[in-house]
Amino acid sequence: MINWNVILDIAKTHLLTKMKSTVTATLGVTFGIGAYITLVSFMTGLNTMLDDLVLNQTPHIHIYNEIRPSPEQPIALYDDFKNAFNVVHSIKPKQSQKKIHNALPILNYLKKQPNVDGATPQLRAQIFYLSGSMELGGNLIGVDIMEEVRLSNLRDNIVQGSPETLKNNDNGILLGAGLADKMSLSVGDRVQISTVSGSIFPLKIVGIYQSGIAEIDNVQSFVNLKTVQRILGEAENYVTDINIKLLDITEAQSMAEQLEKQFNVKAMGINEANAQFETGSNIRNLITYAVSITLLIVAGFGIYNILNMLIYEKMKDIAILKATGFSGTDVQLIFMSQAIIIGLVGGFLGLMVGFVLSKIIDQTPFETEALPTITTYPVNYDPTYYIIGITFALLSTFVAGYLPSNRAKNIDPVKIIRGT
Amino acid sequence: MNLVLETKNINKHFHKPKDFHVLKDVSFRVKKGEFVSIMGKSGSGKSTLLYVLSTMDTDYSGELYLGKELITGKTQRELSRIRNKNIGFVFQFHYLLSEFSVLENVMLPAKKLGEKSPAEIERDALHKLEMLHIGHLAHQRASRISGGEKQRVAIARALINNPTILMGDEPTGNLDSQNSENVFNIFKKLKEEQGLSLLVVTHDEDFAKRTDRIIQLEDGRIVAQ
Repeated sequence: MINWNVILDIAKTHLLTKMKSTVTATLGVTFGIGAYITLVSFMTGLNTMLDDLVLNQTPHIHIYNEIRPSPEQPIALYDDFKNAFNVVHSIKPKQSQKKIHNALPILNYLKKQPNVDGATPQLRAQIFYLSGSMELGGNLIGVDIMEEVRLSNLRDNIVQGSPETLKNNDNGILLGAGLADKMSLSVGDRVQISTVSGSIFPLKIVGIYQSGIAEIDNVQSFVNLKTVQRILGEAENYVTDINIKLLDITEAQSMAEQLEKQFNVKAMGINEANAQFETGSNIRNLITYAVSITLLIVAGFGIYNILNMLIYEKMKDIAILKATGFSGTDVQLIFMSQAIIIGLVGGFLGLMVGFVLSKIIDQTPFETEALPTITTYPVNYDPTYYIIGITFALLSTFVAGYLPSNRAKNIDPVKIIRGT
Repeated sequence: MNLVLETKNINKHFHKPKDFHVLKDVSFRVKKGEFVSIMGKSGSGKSTLLYVLSTMDTDYSGELYLGKELITGKTQRELSRIRNKNIGFVFQFHYLLSEFSVLENVMLPAKKLGEKSPAEIERDALHKLEMLHIGHLAHQRASRISGGEKQRVAIARALINNPTILMGDEPTGNLDSQNSENVFNIFKKLKEEQGLSLLVVTHDEDFAKRTDRIIQLEDGRIVAQ
């Protein structure tokens, strides 16, 4: 029979009378857990931000017409040369249109799929930005701006102006920040663009767009889909790309393969496009955990030491308890509960310290040209990490307390009382 | 005849540093309400015998009965329970838990036993302390009272679960003559008023002479009882 009241009472008295050791041990755990929470919140926050930076530029599935040579050259169809060894020099890409065939029916089909959050048409055109006598090469992307805003983080990247003004202005353009800089243009100014075929159009700058990736900001601008179609002199069904956002990103790969077969287009899933990011995040997470676990193990050794010392000091008390009828298990539980109390208190304090430090990091200004939407360091407040933290605190104190308490359990009271 | 304690042919060896036969065929009985002292020279095995009787030392051969119950061979857990309920122990060096108050020290074994409510235990503990004339010390820290007082607290603690036998390992060994006298009188009173059985190891001859019976040990053998 275990009488928890008595055991906890004795454990409490030991902890309170050895306040200094108790505080030291508790602070060890607090420091370990606090550092873990801070580190993991900050690192995963940073990871997520970096991943989002790239992943949000990439649709879950991207449909387009790939320029490539025919897998089967005409000679293969010619029966006379069937058994010959044919060599074809200077293979050229297959002649095909840039636009997606049947783009509008495909869009309609996609929008009806239950697992599709949205599908947006895009028209990418190579153009030149004209600034005086200078011509800057670049891209013009015609988009359904309100759909894009709904499905991606485009709104965050518009540093001046708003998507609504673009929607309401047929000749509006969201100019890339790098371009605006190069050409010394700002919102309200006009920029002239020239198509590959040479025709020139003036467009009004309604906003500045900054993705944070210089290569994009230096060449790319957004306009309404119809504007590009008009500039290129193409019909309303002229669409070169379709971007799909799914409700569940993990379906991207299988769905891309299915669409490729179904519509005879090139469909690229997000995993294919960004395989390396996963690897980077995993390695950063691994480092975070390695550092945190080291911290917690150090804290665990602190507890082990302090309990060990306490048990040496309390030899006589242990003997007395055993002589008056406490069993070895009772004595073990007394010291185990001390370790667990230290783990609990230290762990919860650690969670609080971690939370407060995360908050402070969250408030710290972090402004960089590359990331217009970020003003403070990113922090991830995922409760999973807090649960892992407290679990690890209890686990490490349990292990650290088990070994010394097991020795206390096996102390022979007769030896202590007789002083041998 | 109402037996409280009986031993049959108890033998014990120390194995370290070399084999040494400490107790040789020790057999004796303690009746209810008897005040027995164990005497012997240093190294005669009297303390060793007491620790075997106290159930703390289980490394012996022979049989030990408490009441009519065979104690030998029981598990540590059962022995703890028996010590808790049936045996009161007083040591030479008082051995109180210094961080606890006097009252808490006395209450601890009863709390462990858990047969009474905390309020009852506290009342009993205060009663025992009053009986030993140290009621006024109840809320002092155990480390703040004098040696004689500590020994009386230890006796109160030994009595809290109303044991069938009280064992003492030189309970007066560390006390001056006045405090020794005090402790002896307490023991005597417990025997006479409550019919408690007492078994005390001592080398104080005056103390031993005034007990009901003396068991003389010499080289681990009972030579007179």
